[in-house]
Order: sequence, then structure tokens, then C-alpha cells
Amino acid sequence: MTTATLKTGIQPISTGRRVKDRVVQVLVYLAFLVAVVPLVSVLYLVIKNGLARFDMEFLTHSMRNIGPNDAGGGAYHAIVGTLEQVLLASLIAVPIGLLTAVYLVEYSRGGRLARAISFFVDVMTGIPSVVAGLFILAFWILVLGFEFSGFAGAMALSILMMPTVVRATEEMLRLVPMDLREAAFALGVPKWRTIVKVVLPTALTGIVTGVMLAVARVAGETAPVLLTVFFTDSINTDPFHGPQMDLPLFIFSQMQLPNQTAIDRAWAGALTLILIVMLLNLLARLISWWRSPVRKG
Amino acid sequence: MAKQIEVAELDAYYGSHKAIEGITMTVEPRSVTAFIGPSGCGKSTFLRTLNRMHEVIPGATVQGKVRLEDQDLYGPDVDPVSVRRTIGMVFQRPNPFPTMSIFDNVAAGLRLNGRFSKSELNGVVEESLKGANLWNEVKDRLHKPGSGLSGGQQQRLCIARAIAVRPQVLLMDEPCSALDPISTLAIEDLISKLKTEYTIVIVTHNMQQAARVSDRTAFFNLAAQGQPGKLIEMAETSKIFTNPTEKATEDYITGRFG
Ligand SMILES: Nc1ncnc2c1ncn2[C@@H]1O[C@H](COP(=O)(O)OP(=O)(O)OP(=O)(O)O)[C@@H](O)[C@H]1O
Ligand SMILES: [Mg+2]
Repeated sequence: MTTATLKTGIQPISTGRRVKDRVVQVLVYLAFLVAVVPLVSVLYLVIKNGLARFDMEFLTHSMRNIGPNDAGGGAYHAIVGTLEQVLLASLIAVPIGLLTAVYLVEYSRGGRLARAISFFVDVMTGIPSVVAGLFILAFWILVLGFEFSGFAGAMALSILMMPTVVRATEEMLRLVPMDLREAAFALGVPKWRTIVKVVLPTALTGIVTGVMLAVARVAGETAPVLLTVFFTDSINTDPFHGPQMDLPLFIFSQMQLPNQTAIDRAWAGALTLILIVMLLNLLARLISWWRSPVRKG
Repeated sequence: MAKQIEVAELDAYYGSHKAIEGITMTVEPRSVTAFIGPSGCGKSTFLRTLNRMHEVIPGATVQGKVRLEDQDLYGPDVDPVSVRRTIGMVFQRPNPFPTMSIFDNVAAGLRLNGRFSKSELNGVVEESLKGANLWNEVKDRLHKPGSGLSGGQQQRLCIARAIAVRPQVLLMDEPCSALDPISTLAIEDLISKLKTEYTIVIVTHNMQQAARVSDRTAFFNLAAQGQPGKLIEMAETSKIFTNPTEKATEDYITGRFG
């Protein structure tokens, strides 16, 4: 019979452990570098090439009446389109996603319906963006006969946003301790008010982060927008009628042209897109900071 | 304000597991009743059946009767939310709302249930914090987060929050188990003060505490692991601690237990 024994007593750190510690440390730093290199180089390239045309004219003019070889022009129509489409998509996806997550975490008690919903949310996470675009194209535009519009694009984008919002919110709601719900119940607060006034505010920061991830993801989508919003060189501020533009489409169309002025416009468009996503992120963080107890403290 | 609670033949289940069985007792108004007994004998479970918090847990059910004076708490058309508003609860672990300031925590029960003017709320918050012996320590930082207080202060904040809605009964599940002796004394003083206005039930593992604060004591026990917990005996605290009727009670309080 053998017995397991541990070496006891206070001893110096063995050489083997010292070496292992060093090796793992080096590996972790390497992995970090490998992850950061592409990120920094992308940012560097976009800023370096984008600044050439990142000017007032670019931000305030459209491409109307600008020929393939002309200089000038801008992305105003695309910026307006991106902002409107992403806003509409969020207006559709965030309430539905939030309510779904609230149902799953607070009300379902793990029933059959909840498992079915969870399953379909997982399936939705895997939908390629072009399929979401094709679906809206086939259903909304071809079958129901509506025209290309920013709203059609927003619907396609909201299909892509919804699973991200549901999953992020669900995880955040599950992190809220049961103690807090019970504290509210014990004060005689009805369940729905407990959710609205205690559970959701406690999870707010995490939910905002999840929504911003979803926004950032769809703001860069090209294919579903091309299929549903179509394409235009002119300013169209009405997202419900007629083709619009958005920044990924703008970049896509400009970089196909074989001259430097168009390529510069594409880079400036990429810079604008990154800035918009960063600004939205900052705004969301400000909002959740504004509501957080840290500020009050 | 304070009311009597009568319990008759009460069983509570978690799914199909029967956690407590056949409990019958009367909790007197304007007094402190202590629940003692070994871990797992169903003290918390029983306490939570008194304000319908038990059924909040998925699969948990209750059979039997609980009456608050002349009202049946488990009657078919009784709103559990109104029961919880009438019978307040303080939990073992302090659980202030982390997103709210000290003021908002105390005002939460009122604010979440209706509309009140700022001055009404100011009055209630001050009164409740004074009632919980916390006012002097926090009056200069009412608008700082409640989670920034010490454990003992947080527990008194939770008591202030519970008494701010003016319940008729206050249930406390081991309110001092996470606290140092000084905070424990502060809360025991508070309990003695509150019993002039409220009916108080306190679960405790601390015999001295039960002896110090309570007027009546109920001893719970379970026959064996996996069996439902039962009420062994209930009497004046002095009697339970000096001259208990049951052998099991005597063994438990003298520490000659299991
Ligand atoms: N949420 C739950 N789900 C299932 N069973 C539970 C749950 N809570 C408690 N129980 C069971 O019910 C029985 C009584 O538990 P309870 O928490 O009421 O004991 P207690 O007397 O308060 O113990 P302690 O003194 O350790 O707090 C135990 O057997 C426990 O395992
Ligand atoms: Mg307990």
C-alpha cells in the first residue's frame, strides 16, 4: 500500500517553480503583444491614411455630382445613414432583447418555453449577416413590396443585434445577487417594480456595455445594408423612404475606384466610422457613470 | 400597531423535500420571540413562511395556517406583496441596494411603493435612522452609497430600511451573525427598544443573545438528517434556559448536543 504524503514545512521556492513562473510570464506577455500588434497597426494605418481627407468638406458634403475621377466630395450622406440606421436598429433590438432576457432570468423558471427561446437565441447568434439582409430583402422588399430604405436596413441590423443584447443582459441579470431581489420583496415591492427599480439599475453598466458591443458590431456591417438600404450618392435624411448610404458601403464603393482621391475618401470614411463607434461608446459610458453610485459617492 | 401571529399545523416544502412539519405556535405582540436550534432544522424556512417569502424560491410550497390577528395570511385572495409590506424582514447578510445612497436605501420601501413628497421622505428617513441607532453616524453623508458603510452599519441600515415602511411585525434572521460584539450590542439595544412598538421574531445561534433579548424562546430540532424540522418546545425564555420541559432542549442549551 502506498500513502500519499505532502512535503510539509517552510521551504524556499524551488528552481523548477521559478523557471515555470518565468516561462508563463513570458508567454503571457507574448500573447498580449500578439493581440495588440494588429490592433495598433490597424489604428495607425487608418489614422495615417484617413487624415488626408478628414476635413470639413468630407464631413459636410455628399458624393452627389462628384465623378469617379474628381477630388472633393464627402461622406455626410453616409454618416447620416449610419447614425439613423444604427439608432433605429437599437430602438428595435434593445427593448426586445431586454424584455427577452428579463423573461428568461426573472420569470421563466427554466421551463420548456425558456429553453426553446435560449436555443433560438443561440441559433440567431450564428446567423451570417448576409442572411439577415437576404431575409429582409426577400420578406420586406420582395414579398411585401416596400422600397429600399434605411428602416429596412435597420430591421436587418436589429436581427444581428438582438442575440448579443439578450445574451449580455441575461448574463448581467444573473450576476445580480438573489439577496437584493429578496430585500425588495421583503419591503413589499411587487416583482415587476423590483426588476425595474432594483435589478435593472444594478446590472445597468454591464447591459450598456453589451448594447455597445452590439452597436459596434452592426455599425460595421456592409452586406445586409447593401441588400436592404441599397446605395446612393445623395443625401437622404428620411430613413423610411428611398435608398440611403452608410459608412461601410461608402468605404466599399470608394475603394473600388482606381484613383487616389477615391482611396483617400475610403480611408477617411474608415476613420469616421471608428470615431463614431468610439464616441457612441464614450456616450454610453458617460450615461452609465451618470447613473452609478460611484458618482454620488 | 403590533399584532399577534398564530401558526397552526404548518408544513413547508422545497419541491418534494419537507423541510418543516406540523408547527403550531403563537407569537405575542410587543415582545421578542427567539428561535433557536441546530443548523438545518428549518428556522429560516419557518421564519420565511411567516411573511410569504418562502414561496419566492422556485418549487417552494407551504401547507397550514398563519394568522395575523384575524387575517389568514395564506387565504385564497390575500396579496403576498401586502403581507410582506405588513411583516418586514431583516436578513442574515446585510443587503443594502448597491445602486442607492443611504437616504435612498431607507426611503426605498416607500419610494418603490408610491409617491411621497421630499419632506415626508426626509422625516421618515431621519426617524428610521434614529430608530436604528444609525442617524448620528451617517447624518453627514446621507447621499453617499450605502455599500460604503461597515458591516454593522449596513445591517442597521437594513433595519432602518425595514422599519421605514412601518411594518407590524419584524422578522430577523440571524441579524448579528456577521457582526462584531459592539455592533451586536448596538443591535440588541435596538431590538429591546423596537419591541415596544413591534412584534419581533429573531433567529439566533447565540444562546446568550437569545437569553438577553427575548421574552419567549422556541426550540426547533430535527429527528435525523433528511427528516423535517419540528418545534420541540416554546416557553418563557427564563423557563427554557433554566428549567426546560424536554430533554433535547436541555441538551442543546447546555451544549451536550450531537
Ligand atoms: N433554497 C433551498 N432549496 C432546497 N432546500 C433548502 C433550501 N433552503 C433550505 N433548504 C433545506 O431546508 C432545511 C432547513 O433549512 P433552513 O435554512 O431553514 O435551516 P436553518 O435552521 O435556518 O439553518 P441555519 O441555522 O444553518 O441557518 C435544510 O435541510 C436545508 O437543506
Ligand atoms: Mg438559517
